[in-house]
Amino acid sequence: MRLPVDLVVEKRTEDYPKWLPAATSLAAVILAFIISGIILKLIGGDPVQVGKFFWSATFGSVATISDTLVKATPLILVGLACSVAFRMKLWNIGAEGQFYMGAFFASLVVLVPILPPDAPKPLILLAMAVMGMIGGAIWGFVPGFLKAKFAVSEIITTLMLNYVAILWNNFWIFDRWSEGGFQMTRLFERGYWLPRLADYAREYPTLSGITLHLGFVVALLAAVLVWWIFDRSRWGYEIKLIGDNPNAARYAGLNIARNIILVMMLSGALAGLAGMSEISGVVHRLQERISPQYGFTGIIIAWVAKLNPFAVILVSILFGALIVAGREIQPSGLAAMLQGIILFMVISSDVLLRYSIRLQRTTTPVTAGSDA
Amino acid sequence: MNLEIILHAGIATGTILLFATIGELLAERSGILNLGVEGMMLIGAMTGFSVSLATGNPWLGVLAAMIAGGILSILHAVVTINFQADQVVSGLSLTFLGTGLALVLGEGLTGQSPPLIPVVNIPVLSAIPFIGPIFFQEQSILVYVGYLLIPLVWYYIKYTRPGMHLRAVGEKPEAADTMGVSVYGLRYLYTIVGGCLAGLAGVTISLSVSPGWYSAQTTSGLGWIAIGLVIFAQWNPVRAVVGAYLFGALQRAILDLQGPAVILGFPNPLFANSNLGFFLKMTPYLLTIVALLIGSRAAMRQRIGAPAALGVPYIRGERGL
Repeated sequence: MRLPVDLVVEKRTEDYPKWLPAATSLAAVILAFIISGIILKLIGGDPVQVGKFFWSATFGSVATISDTLVKATPLILVGLACSVAFRMKLWNIGAEGQFYMGAFFASLVVLVPILPPDAPKPLILLAMAVMGMIGGAIWGFVPGFLKAKFAVSEIITTLMLNYVAILWNNFWIFDRWSEGGFQMTRLFERGYWLPRLADYAREYPTLSGITLHLGFVVALLAAVLVWWIFDRSRWGYEIKLIGDNPNAARYAGLNIARNIILVMMLSGALAGLAGMSEISGVVHRLQERISPQYGFTGIIIAWVAKLNPFAVILVSILFGALIVAGREIQPSGLAAMLQGIILFMVISSDVLLRYSIRLQRTTTPVTAGSDA
Repeated sequence: MNLEIILHAGIATGTILLFATIGELLAERSGILNLGVEGMMLIGAMTGFSVSLATGNPWLGVLAAMIAGGILSILHAVVTINFQADQVVSGLSLTFLGTGLALVLGEGLTGQSPPLIPVVNIPVLSAIPFIGPIFFQEQSILVYVGYLLIPLVWYYIKYTRPGMHLRAVGEKPEAADTMGVSVYGLRYLYTIVGGCLAGLAGVTISLSVSPGWYSAQTTSGLGWIAIGLVIFAQWNPVRAVVGAYLFGALQRAILDLQGPAVILGFPNPLFANSNLGFFLKMTPYLLTIVALLIGSRAAMRQRIGAPAALGVPYIRGERGL
C-alpha cells in the first residue's frame, strides 16, 4: 500500500530563507523540553509540576528575573568566547579553565594586593577586569600556540588545561589564601565589588535584594564588540574565511598561525572576563566551584545561538534560567541532561538547512511489473 | 611506595583507558571522531553499577553497560552519518547528554555496594617472578579480557579483510564504496563498537577498579585522556595499549607518592603539605598534552597521522577528498 504523499528529501540548491535557522533552533529547544519531560515522566517525576516550578523560580518575579540575569551574565561572556573560537573552527573547549584563570588573576588585584580597597573604584574594577582577561588569554594562548606551531589538537589541550586550572585554583584556596582552613579566600572588601542594583536600594527601595550587577552590562557590551568584529571588521572577515576555507585563506596570504593564537587569546580573554565578573559581582571571594560548568554550557550556547552574538544573549538567559531552576530541581543532573538534549536537537535540526524536506502528492502510481 | 604494587594497580587502571582508547581508535579508523567517550563511560559506569545492584550479577552489569554505551553512540552515528552534522559538536553533546543522563538516573546509587567483578589468579603464569605478581595475580577478570583484546584488535585491523574494509572506509570512503563496501554500515558498526567499549571502560571503573558511583567524579576526565591517547598512539592499537598502561601506572603512582614521609632518604614535601598534591594531580593532564605534542610532531615528520577521512561526512555522489 502506498501513501498518497511522498516524503521528498532534496539537497538545497538555493539559500534557505533567513528566518529558518532561528526557527529550527527554537523548534529544537522546544522539542528538547518535551523529550526531557517524557524522560522525567518515565523515571517517575511530574513534568508539569517541574515546569511550573521552573517558571516561577526563574521568570516569576522581579527578584527571580534578576537571579536569572545574574546567571546569564557569565554565560553570555563564555558563550561569546566560544563563538569567537568556533567562528574559526577552533574548538576551544577550555572556557571553563580560562574562566578559573580569569578569576584567579582578578583575585591577585585583591589578595596580593595590587590595589588597596580604598583606591578609586573605577581603577580597581578596570584592573581586575584587565587581569581577568590576561589570565584567560594566557590560558588560551598555550593551546593556540601548540596548535599553530605543532598542529596539536586544541580540543584535547584546552580540555586538559581545564583540569589544570581548577587544580591550580584549589592549591591557592586550600593553601596560601585559605581563610581559617576553609577552602576559600577571605571575603573581598566592598571596594572590590562590581556595583549591584541593590546598592542603590536606599534611594530606590524597590531595588533592595536585586543582585543584578554591572557585569551584565559589560557582557552586553562584549556582545556588541564581538558583533562588530564579526560583521564589520576586516579581522572578523579573515577569521571567518580561515574557518570556512583555510586553503583559500592561505592563498590569500593570511597568516593562519598568528590568527589561531590571537583568536584563542581573545576567546580566553572573554572567558577570563566572565571569571572576573563572577567573583567581583557575585561570589566576592575566590573559592571552589565558582563555576557550575559555565565553560561547558558556553559551548552549547554558542552552538544553539548559531554563533550569532545577539542570539548568544537570548540563549544565555534561557540557560541561566536552567541553572537557577536546576539548583533546586531534583534529580540534580536534570539541567545538564536538558542541555545535552537541546544541543543534540539543534545540531540535528541543521539538516533542515542543508536539505529541503517536503511532502509531495504521489503522481503516477508505480504498478508492479512496470520496470522497463 | 612499591614498584610492584604501583604497576599492579597501574595495569588495572590502565585497563579502563585501554578499553576506551581501543573503542575510540576503532571509531576513528572508520572516519568517525566521537568526543562523547566521557559521557558514554559515565553511562556505562552507572548502568553497570545499578544493574549489578538490581540483579546481583556483575556480568549482567557489564553486558548492560556495553549496551548502554552502544545505544548512546547510535545517537552520534545518526547525527553525524545521516545528518552529516559536525562530529566535534555532536560528540560534545553526547558527553553532556551522557553525563546529565547518568547523574539523573544514578541518583541514589552513591554508597551502595553491588557484587563486583571477581578477582582471580592465573595458574602457572602468576608464579613467574616480578611479571606474575604484576600481570597475573589478583587482577580483575576484565584485566585479562583486556590482554586478549590487544592482539585481537591489532590482528583484526592489520590482517583481516573486515579490518581492511575498516581502514578503507576511514581513509578513502569513495573507493571503499566503489568496491561495494557499505560506508554508512561500517561507520555505524564501529561507532557502536566504540560506544560499547566505552561503556565497558565505564563499568570497569564502577564494578572493578575503583568500585562505587561517585557521580561525575567516577570518570574524572579519563574519557578525554583516552581520546588524547588515540592521537598519541597515532591510531596504532599497540601504541595505544602501551600508552594506556603507562597512564594507568602514572595515575596510581601519584596516589602513592603522597603516602610515605621519607622518599629515597629525603623528607617528602607532599607528606608535610598535602596541598602540594594538587600539583601532583595536574601531571596526568599535563602529560597528556606532552604526549599529544610528541604524537603530533611525529605525525608531522613522518607524514602519517589521522585517517584521511576522519571527521568528514561521506555523501555518495559528491566529489571526495
